[in-house]
Amino acid sequence: MMIAKKPISFVVVLILAVFSNFSYIENEKDNEEIQGNPINTQEEIDAYIQHHLQDAHDFVLFTNGNTGHHIGFPLPIIIWDEGIHFFSSSKFHYGEEVAESKGKYYVLHHEKIYRTDATGTLALDDHHHPTNVRPLDFSITKSVVGILLTGILMILGFGSLARGYKKGPIPTGFSRVLEPLVLYVRDEIARPNIGEKKYRKYMGFLLTVFFFIWCLNLLGLMPFGFNVTGNIAVTVCLAMFTFFIVQFSGNKEYWKHIFWMPGVPVPMKILLMPIEVLGMLTKPFSLLIRLFANITAGHVVVMSLIALMITLKAAFGPVVSTGMSLFLAFFISIIEVLIAFLQAFIFTMLSSLFIGMAVAEHDHH
Amino acid sequence: MYNLIGAGLIVIGGGIGLGQIGGKAMEGIARQPEATSKIQTAMIIIAALLEGLAFGALILGKG
Repeated sequence: MMIAKKPISFVVVLILAVFSNFSYIENEKDNEEIQGNPINTQEEIDAYIQHHLQDAHDFVLFTNGNTGHHIGFPLPIIIWDEGIHFFSSSKFHYGEEVAESKGKYYVLHHEKIYRTDATGTLALDDHHHPTNVRPLDFSITKSVVGILLTGILMILGFGSLARGYKKGPIPTGFSRVLEPLVLYVRDEIARPNIGEKKYRKYMGFLLTVFFFIWCLNLLGLMPFGFNVTGNIAVTVCLAMFTFFIVQFSGNKEYWKHIFWMPGVPVPMKILLMPIEVLGMLTKPFSLLIRLFANITAGHVVVMSLIALMITLKAAFGPVVSTGMSLFLAFFISIIEVLIAFLQAFIFTMLSSLFIGMAVAEHDHH
Repeated sequence: MYNLIGAGLIVIGGGIGLGQIGGKAMEGIARQPEATSKIQTAMIIIAALLEGLAFGALILGKG
């Protein structure tokens, strides 16, 4: 009865069960064929973690260590190379083969697309970076799927919340969960930091950025291995929004405090000017580094603890090492749920603090 | 090798800082329990600033 009441979780369990069976059968078959070494070296674990942190052009759910066989599903590739090329990433076979589109050949090298010839040769320079031409890549990658998914979920959730207020003042269903969170952002973050008179104008941005970061952080803790907020391009973009909103809403007092600090002698004013200008830039920089580094570090820690079961297998045996890594990974995952919220909170909090500094009225002197 | 030593130093510094912030905040809350929410908010902001510094150093050390 409980399962029937929750159709979504039932479907998720069903999908996981099907996939795990699938991989089990796959493993059985391969073990009969090849008795190779499973992943056990430090380099392979490092490469696995690195691969997880990167954006990808396909979803890999399972990889068979013996055969190198991947199980997953492809994503669309959109590249601009003297005309638009649109094909499925299954043509790359998880980066192992050369894809052909409209007479041109492309190859995937460390999740970057390079133009190549029919045999897939890459000319490497001294630093092992390919010198081949890179076409403009507009592909729907894993991160883009995560962002679109979060966007759709947010539009559905908050759209229904907004529509609910047309019917009456009390929200129903899932909106009851969202309303206290919205009020929390308004009453605990925006109001005290920006001020009673001016906070309304910035609520849209603060709410969007709070729920966007929170949802993406939580998405990163789920299977499929999304790592969107641990991608520096995403956090740079989010911090740039804050930067431009702060600069454009800065009043006369704000600019005066940056370029001609009141209340100090003239030589000091000149000395303070570059420091204040630098401070203007370091504020969003610290925002973007904090979010990026926290989420990346969290993912690395979880992946490393999962990899413990392989590194400690020789010392403690398979059962104890698996138990240890399972316990530690579970423990850290719970902390990561807290950090997912905390980082969204801090990003929103500091954004509203910076906006509050920019719009503050200095009538006390 | 050197970047590992550097990472250790960063973590020591960050740990001292976080310990100071957390300890002082606890003290403040114990003295004035009615100011708990204000103290917590300020504590989280300062901790976040410190953490940003430490992570920035870690990333610079790695790169």
